[in-house]
Amino acid sequence: MVERLEENKKLDVEEILKDLDKYEPKWRGWHWREPYKSGKVGEFQYHEVSLPLKKSQPLPAARSFEGIDPQPKAVITTEIASGRFEDDIRRMRMAAWHGADHLMVIRTAGQSHFDGLIEGTPEGIGGVPITRKQVRATRKAIDLIEEEVGRKINFHSYVSGVAGPDIAVMFAEEGVNGAHQDPQYNVLYRNINMFRSFVDAAVAKGIMTWADMLQIDGAHNANATAMKGYNVMPELMVQHAINAKFSEMVGMKPENIALSTVPPTSAPAPCMRYDLPYAVALRQLFDKYKMRAQMNTKYIESCEREATVGHTLNLLISELTSADIQSTITPDEGRNVPWHYNNIHAINTAKQAFIGMDGLMDMVELRKDGYLPETVRELKEKSILFLEEMIEAGGYFKAVDSGFFVDSGEYPERNGDGIARKMEGGDAVGTIVKREEDYFAPVCAHFGYNNVPKEYKKACDAIHECTLCNHSKIKYIDELDENDNVFKRMEKVKEDGTVIPEVQWSKDGYIKVTLCLPENEQISEAAALEMGKRMNLKDVEILHKQVLQKSEGTLVEIKGVCDFTPVKRDELVLPKRRKVLGQKQMKDYVKEHSVKVVGATVGEDEHSVGLREIIDIKHGGVERFGIEAIYLGTSCPIEKLVDAAIESKAQAILCSTIITHNDVHTKNMKKLHELCVEKGVRDKLILVSGGTQVTDEIAKAQGMDVGFGRGSNGTDVASFIIKKLMGLDTDAEE
Amino acid sequence: MNRTSDFETRRQHLKDLTDEQLYERFWSLTEEIVKPLVDLSYTHTSPGIERSVLLRMGFSSLEAQPIVDYGTKWNLLGKGMGNVVLTYAKLKKIDYLKAGEELAKGIGWDLVAPKMKGGDK
Repeated sequence: MVERLEENKKLDVEEILKDLDKYEPKWRGWHWREPYKSGKVGEFQYHEVSLPLKKSQPLPAARSFEGIDPQPKAVITTEIASGRFEDDIRRMRMAAWHGADHLMVIRTAGQSHFDGLIEGTPEGIGGVPITRKQVRATRKAIDLIEEEVGRKINFHSYVSGVAGPDIAVMFAEEGVNGAHQDPQYNVLYRNINMFRSFVDAAVAKGIMTWADMLQIDGAHNANATAMKGYNVMPELMVQHAINAKFSEMVGMKPENIALSTVPPTSAPAPCMRYDLPYAVALRQLFDKYKMRAQMNTKYIESCEREATVGHTLNLLISELTSADIQSTITPDEGRNVPWHYNNIHAINTAKQAFIGMDGLMDMVELRKDGYLPETVRELKEKSILFLEEMIEAGGYFKAVDSGFFVDSGEYPERNGDGIARKMEGGDAVGTIVKREEDYFAPVCAHFGYNNVPKEYKKACDAIHECTLCNHSKIKYIDELDENDNVFKRMEKVKEDGTVIPEVQWSKDGYIKVTLCLPENEQISEAAALEMGKRMNLKDVEILHKQVLQKSEGTLVEIKGVCDFTPVKRDELVLPKRRKVLGQKQMKDYVKEHSVKVVGATVGEDEHSVGLREIIDIKHGGVERFGIEAIYLGTSCPIEKLVDAAIESKAQAILCSTIITHNDVHTKNMKKLHELCVEKGVRDKLILVSGGTQVTDEIAKAQGMDVGFGRGSNGTDVASFIIKKLMGLDTDAEE
Repeated sequence: MNRTSDFETRRQHLKDLTDEQLYERFWSLTEEIVKPLVDLSYTHTSPGIERSVLLRMGFSSLEAQPIVDYGTKWNLLGKGMGNVVLTYAKLKKIDYLKAGEELAKGIGWDLVAPKMKGGDK
């Protein structure tokens, strides 16, 4: 039994799969982030942050900000569903470390039409078959992960299709925290009979209410389905209203009802002029409910950069209005089923944008006159007119039957191309039955008429507790298919000491290659595929093409599966990670033996940031250990640097080089070494070279004592110098 | 239906409403539309709903499915499938889980159906 995760050890999926028959969820309901009132993180004061995590992976730029990782207020969602849950749970851990606390699992294609629960762990297509075993194993892994990062994580999937009530029960039993539930989704997009969809939905919602689950509706699909996503805005509000009100009337608390809202359009449309009024109108009309802000998927293409900018604009809408839950869409959504690292990119896009915009609304406000409030008003009136016409038509069912929804005209304009579903049609038509007077369901959380015999205080007394009251009464099914299951899949990817790239499944071998080809689009496409093959890639496919100029060049990204002898972990020569001395030890040494260094950026090189960081006390440079540093600035001649060292009786020279044209960096290192030899001071001076393109090997080859590349800091440099002065082994590794 | 936007004529009765009045109207119309849906749901059941009852009673999905299928065939869904299982258990004086197992195998329906239908079958 795994008690807790170790940050330097992989999640043991085999352990997770043990004893699942006895596993019970640790908590139920939904978790909102705890506000962090003091708002102080590092040297900064924040205004819209939540409690920090115990363990996390900060944004890359945090390196320059003492590694801080402030957490936005909104719950952050990421969707993970590769078809193999055993791989998804590893990605969930990565996501949690970056700050996601709402992990959503998409269902396998066709599960909506599956009449009952799927059991076992078959592989999915475009999603994961949602089964009790998959849910239980995932929840068990998430329970460990949330403990590790120090914040509860919401697990989420879908309660829809013809098995909505079955799934709702299983989710409530297994501690799933949130779910999409919207009968309109069944009706419009899955063509499941409308009466059946609503009757089932009421019971499903009742069960979700018992488990205190958060519900997200399905209105965003109208945006994704409509020809012009921005024309369905009045209808979107109607769809939100129907599901929200219906849910509330069957007993769900308004604070557990969330609207799935999407900014409806994207650049090159002037999207703010559409998205902002819509967002404001929604938040005014639906003030009782929660906002789950989704990012636009309708207009996503294969360009990851374009997607990321679009999503950032969506985040601006969230900041300008509100978002209780911020969902994220991976930048590769327009290419394929999301890859591991793109979930991380998407989460970071949200975290970076929110933290960057922290406190924005203290400085700006939305106009209370002119275009914005006028458009908000117009949208509200249009949605009211939509409702009025539905009533005139004879109510919800008749309106759906006559094609009211997902029409491409902006209401009240109508183009006659809406999705019409027949009242007496669709999957599972004619399957609802009137409950008779003596109808009795001996279980808890059952919405609707229930003739519980008088002798029972509560319905499930008749069976001495239902599964909601007593978890041990659940009948757990492990596997039904002896070939299509997690054990068989894992046998094929057993740990064997190889290191194989992966993007979604263990050892899938996929890599992406970026090619900038000086040819037109057609030639570039063909050439890129051919080059992929010559790189020993199998199944080469084009991921993205972008014309740079019709004849001058094309950017092509390809993917393919590695087809070369796998790299073995124990045959690798690992890059050195020198052991550094303790801070106190260094300070004590410098107190007793004064240490002086002279530093400069040499050659015709004006870069100063790197060296300042290595030197300056406020960046944690060598000065913090008491080392005296004489900084000679940029574009410093080598002669001047050596003379200054001799004159000031320094023990070391710090020589920074960034520019690498014509190998000027190596030439300067060599010159420094030779000049010191010439002046007879080489054995008295420690020569330290640094820069983004410098490595220890390159530096030593040019006569330096050491070289420090990207990612090095003042502690590394100070430790090297002091060790050398102390006569210790400078190359001892961690 | 095809229609060019007639928003200006349609909105005449709304144009002088305050924002609060619009809000009230939006929600009262919504409630008017939703109420019949709630009523329909209150008084009806379905195979999915009855399976969910059986799951909550401690039957597996593999048992719930055939019980509901037989129940539909014998026209007993309106009684509640849990109710049917309990009635059969009482008739046979066996534990309800055992009763469900039998019903899932197609055993006992000829016994329980007449009992529940009050002899109308």
